[in-house]
Amino acid sequence: MARVRVTLKPTVNDPEGITIAKALGRLGFESVDQVRSGKYFEITLDEDSEPRARRQVGEMCDKLLANPVIERYSFDLEGA
Amino acid sequence: MTQPNFGIVVFPGTWSDRDCRYAISTVLGYRASFVWHEDLNLDGYDALALPGGFSYGDYLRAGAIARFSPIMERVTEFAAAGRPVIGICNGFQILCEAGLLPGALIRNSHLEFRCEWVDLRVENIDTPFSHRARVGRTLRMPISHGEGNYQADRDTVEALERSGRVVFRYADREGRSVSSANPNGSVNNIAGIINEEGNVLGMMPHPERACETLLGGVDGNAVFQSIADSVMKFRLP
Repeated sequence: MARVRVTLKPTVNDPEGITIAKALGRLGFESVDQVRSGKYFEITLDEDSEPRARRQVGEMCDKLLANPVIERYSFDLEGA
Repeated sequence: MTQPNFGIVVFPGTWSDRDCRYAISTVLGYRASFVWHEDLNLDGYDALALPGGFSYGDYLRAGAIARFSPIMERVTEFAAAGRPVIGICNGFQILCEAGLLPGALIRNSHLEFRCEWVDLRVENIDTPFSHRARVGRTLRMPISHGEGNYQADRDTVEALERSGRVVFRYADREGRSVSSANPNGSVNNIAGIINEEGNVLGMMPHPERACETLLGGVDGNAVFQSIADSVMKFRLP
C-alpha cells in the first residue's frame, strides 16, 4: 500500500490552514504557530516489485494527485 | 456567410452549459451546440467554450479529473490549431489543470463561496475575446465560485503582465484595480488571462450570465461577440 501526502508548496498561501490555526488558537491551543492543510491518499497496489511500485506512485502524483504548480507530495510504501 | 458555430463542452457536473447556449445562440444568434466530454469530434466548430460548474464534483482539485476526459486531447489540438477556446469559471480551472494556461486557481482567500456582481477592467483589447470592449472601461458581470484565487509563481505572473496576457482585472466601479474589489485573493487582482498564442482565454467571471438587461446587465455579450468577430475574420479569404 502507498500512503501519499499532498501539501501546498510553502510559498503558496493556505487559507484553510490559516483558518484552522486561528480556530485552534481560539480553543486555547496557544502553542499553535502554523497549520498547513493537505490531502492524504491510501492506494492499494497489485505490484510485487518495490522499485516499480515507487515509480508508478511517483507518476500518479505527477500526473494527477498533485498539481506541480501549487503542490508537492511525499509517499511511503508498505508491503502487504 | 453562415453564423459562427460554437461548441459547448459538457462534462459530468457542468452546470453553465445551458446558460452559455442561451447567451450565444438565443440572445446573440450564433450557432451553438453541446459537445459531450466523451465525444471526439470537433469538426465544424469555429470556437469552443468550456463552461462553469463542478465537473466531477470538484473531486481532488477543481478541474483535475475533467482535464483527463477524452475530449480534452481534441480541445488541445483545437487550441494548437489557433482556434479560440474560452474557459469560464470551472472551464478556466480545467484549462489550467490541462496546462493550456499557466498557474492554478486555489481556494478563495476568505474561504467563502462568492456569488455576486463584479466590475472588470479590460486591460487588453487586442485579443479575440475582448476587442469589442474598450481599454480602461469596465465590464460588469457575475462571479460564482469558491476556488477562483488565481496564483502562479512570480516569474509567470511577471511574464503575463509584461506581455499583456492579463486581459481582465477585478476593479471598482470607476475602473480602479484595487484590492478591495478583489473577491477571491487573486494575485494582482487577475480575473482572466490568455495563453502565449492569444487564442485560449480563461476567466472566473461569467459573461453568459450578463447577457440580458433583465438579468442585470449585458456586458458579457462583448466577450462572445468578440469571439464571433474574430472567427468571421479568420474565415475570410
